[in-house]
Amino acid sequence: MQTLDMAEIDLREMNATLHAQAENTNQTAWEIENPRGAHAIACGLDAPIEVTVKGSTGYYCAGMNKQATINIKGSAGPGVAENMMSGTVVIDGDASQYAGATGHGGLLVIKGNASSRCGISMKGIDIVVHGNIGHMSAFMAQSGNLVVCGDAGEALGDSLYEARLFVRGSVKSLGADCVEKEMRPEHLEILSDLLERSGADARPEEFKRYGSARELYTFKIDNAY
Amino acid sequence: MTDTTDSAPRTTIDDGAPCTTPIQSATFSNPINAEIRRAAATGIYDIRGGGAKRKLPHFDDLLFLGASISRYPLEGYREKCDTSVTLGTRFAKNPIKLDIPITIAGMSFGALSGPAKEALGRGATLAGTSTTTGDGGMTSEERGHSNKLVYQYLPSRYGMNPDDLRRADAIEIVVGQGAKPGGGGMLLGQKISDRVAEMRNLPKGIDQRSACRHPDWTGPDDLEIKILELREITGWKVPIYIKVGGARPYFDTTLAVKAGADVVVLDGMQGGTAATQDVFIEHVGQPILACIREAVRALQDLGMHREVQLVVSGGIRTGADVAKAMALGADAVAIGTAALIALGDNDPKWEAEYNALGTTAGAYDDWHEGRDPAGITTQDPELMQRFDPIEGGRRLNNYLRVMTLEAQTIARACGKSHLHNLEPEDLCAVTMEAAAMAKIPLAGTDWYPGKPNTSY
Ligand SMILES: Cc1cc2nc3c(=O)[nH]c(=O)nc-3n(C[C@H](O)[C@H](O)[C@H](O)COP(=O)(O)O)c2cc1C
Repeated sequence: MQTLDMAEIDLREMNATLHAQAENTNQTAWEIENPRGAHAIACGLDAPIEVTVKGSTGYYCAGMNKQATINIKGSAGPGVAENMMSGTVVIDGDASQYAGATGHGGLLVIKGNASSRCGISMKGIDIVVHGNIGHMSAFMAQSGNLVVCGDAGEALGDSLYEARLFVRGSVKSLGADCVEKEMRPEHLEILSDLLERSGADARPEEFKRYGSARELYTFKIDNAY
Repeated sequence: MTDTTDSAPRTTIDDGAPCTTPIQSATFSNPINAEIRRAAATGIYDIRGGGAKRKLPHFDDLLFLGASISRYPLEGYREKCDTSVTLGTRFAKNPIKLDIPITIAGMSFGALSGPAKEALGRGATLAGTSTTTGDGGMTSEERGHSNKLVYQYLPSRYGMNPDDLRRADAIEIVVGQGAKPGGGGMLLGQKISDRVAEMRNLPKGIDQRSACRHPDWTGPDDLEIKILELREITGWKVPIYIKVGGARPYFDTTLAVKAGADVVVLDGMQGGTAATQDVFIEHVGQPILACIREAVRALQDLGMHREVQLVVSGGIRTGADVAKAMALGADAVAIGTAALIALGDNDPKWEAEYNALGTTAGAYDDWHEGRDPAGITTQDPELMQRFDPIEGGRRLNNYLRVMTLEAQTIARACGKSHLHNLEPEDLCAVTMEAAAMAKIPLAGTDWYPGKPNTSY
């Protein structure tokens, strides 16, 4: 286990050390001590390493992650795991706004609640929230899966493209062009896999699925000029 | 006076009396009426490409004074007039060094064909300058052919990924565009080909509207942290530009610098776009002439002029425009529309085909429809075939060289051994509007409207 103590080294040195880990590094386990809400912790990683952040983080922790597994022992500030490509990010506490924004791949697990705009513009990432999510989540979400074991706030899935949204609890309101959809066997399969991988204590049958009505896909013209 | 309403019924031509000329209303002009009919028929606003077509105060309204007894000119060809510029000197380990201060603006793959992007890369590389990606990600054609490539970071984040980020020579965070400050991108179904759809992770053939706000930051304080993140991901190596439309240039420039930008890119309302609502293009934003001095003032107030470089765009067409923008305080310029014209966009040789599309060479702006006869703003494989990227690159390089020579000609005439030495004192204005907007004295006077301690 390698330890990086942010009381002793600055952000640049910490990230540079993690960035220096190559594909075949044998220093695979890292601990970050004293994160104290710093921004941009462990962003841009690109190696199959495991990083444990022992505390809460500021903005954009694990941003653009590739391959790495990052576990935040506290809560995460805005934009955690934004634009993640692959790998896994697990937050033991809550996540602020825009968790997993524009993510292309990988798995983001939020064990507490997520604030507004969770999964905004997501492009293939899988997000599982054990608690509730705030308003405007999955706005313009393009693809991937958003699983919410609790409730969803207002305007869920506004202007949604092809992302799949699964909510177990209530949905305060659906955004423009987002509708409830039939849960088919293949969806239950996706869902049970994600619930299992994220350690969520919930059964797939308890969820409802939401998706795009695809009414906004083409401009409405009242004549075929 | 006789009451005209009591006069006898009007005589007709047949009676031999003079007839009045039919008068078109200046308010309800033919183009306006045609638009009303179009709107009434379709129920959707007009979408088009290009920039503002209305006449605006512009660089044409400024002139250089030249040298005389009180100023000493430089000899053409024999005496050096440097044109190089370095962008990103503030924080980046690897600033971008360009041979000429004319860059190619961000234009998306999707809006433009792959070969058109390749041609931009070829031409810019030959001329020693940079190109910029756009709302759709980085293509291998473009990375391969651009020696210096600026990677745009846009609200949509289409195709955004850390590998491309790290192989870019600079990053440009797009907050706004002059053609549509406050608006997002638009790419209509005809142009969402398989490749474009895949790069953007969208269903094929949909009418795509990108977001106008970034998904994971809102104000300038967040932006500062976003810049920190991008710098950390790229190891503080490459410059970070911030692009803004010409809305509130003093404040936008101030905030961009405070957020940590290395370079501010300022795009006036004449700036082209691939597609947006005509109403947006023509009615939102300020002309570039009105923006430059305000941005420079912001940089000067922060003690950052020349430390944070200013790149301006929006209607740059000639070496004179380049020289004037630089005399007003810009470090470099960017061109979009002019580069496309150099490649062959709107060339009269396609006139018959433009006519078939209901338009004419020079006026063709339905770039979003993807039926460009010149094969540039399209994803149609057959039309794309018409465009030769090598020839396109040659033409663009030629054009960039001519502009550079023109700017040098002017600079030498003003006695300047570097384009950056051009200054507002080299200029006069020929209209009151331009004088006011550019804070340049009206020709023959030492006064411009709004000059401190003067009155009208
Ligand atoms: C076809 C086309 C596509 C464009 N795409 C983008 C884009 O993706 N992102 C962006 O920031 N600006 C885009 N722009 C705007 C240009 O970057 C630039 O601001 C503008 O073209 C400059 O004005 P000019 O056309 O008068 O030179 C585009 C412009 C054109 C003409």
